[in-house]
Amino acid sequence: MSEENELSQIFEILGGDFGHAGSVSTKVKEILKEVGIDPSIIRRAAIVAYEAEMNVVMYARKALFALTLTPGQIHFKIEDEGPGIPDIELAMQEGFSTATEEMREMGFGAGMGLPNIRKNADRFLISSLVGRGTMLSVYFFLNQESRG
Amino acid sequence: MKLRDIQKLLEAELICGEESLDEEIDYAGASDLMSDVLAFGKPGLLLITGLSNVQSVRTADIIEAKAIVYVRGKKPDKDSIELAKKKGIPLLSTRLMMYKTCGLLYSQGLSGIGESQKKER
Repeated sequence: MSEENELSQIFEILGGDFGHAGSVSTKVKEILKEVGIDPSIIRRAAIVAYEAEMNVVMYARKALFALTLTPGQIHFKIEDEGPGIPDIELAMQEGFSTATEEMREMGFGAGMGLPNIRKNADRFLISSLVGRGTMLSVYFFLNQESRG
Repeated sequence: MKLRDIQKLLEAELICGEESLDEEIDYAGASDLMSDVLAFGKPGLLLITGLSNVQSVRTADIIEAKAIVYVRGKKPDKDSIELAKKKGIPLLSTRLMMYKTCGLLYSQGLSGIGESQKKER
């Protein structure tokens, strides 16, 4: 894979910025549309981007969202500075949430974020250091049949 | 069912998207939880929700919903309307409660998610 075929872009997400929450995902979705990615993959990628972005807005101080597009795959790396996740296995369970009332009023914080991300990703990696932050790495493969 | 018929049935106010009133809606889903909508949503969905902030429009855009109906008299704020116009998502607001909104639409033949394919067209 040559580097000329690679598209990469980095976005910054600010924690607590509920007014703009979702704007990075909207941009990512527009980019994927422009380059002509299969719509069903765009949908899955957009859902992942949005849930990940909301997690940063709700829980972290800030994060960098790196989008890398190569002929074979889409890769998201979302690295935040925040409280980290003490028990990832627990956080991956549907319905488990540490959300505040404010987050729930936004329609989020139902404990579906990480499970939704895993469900929509082709490959999903998460690592976290308590007191430092959380890193998500998510892949979508472009050469296989879409899962719909 | 056309969006125009849905507006009439729910006695809903059209907030934006008049040009889309003749669009055909095949199925609907209702929730105030956007994560649930992201989990179950399908392109073309009519999203019924009581959550009227900008996240409702963002969620609708992400899942490619066709329109949003706000229930319980909720009205979206200015930012939401701006975004909806930009994304071409019509917004409606009805005074009905969510239960009645869903019941009326369902009784008129509007399917839920996953049911519309089973029906004969």
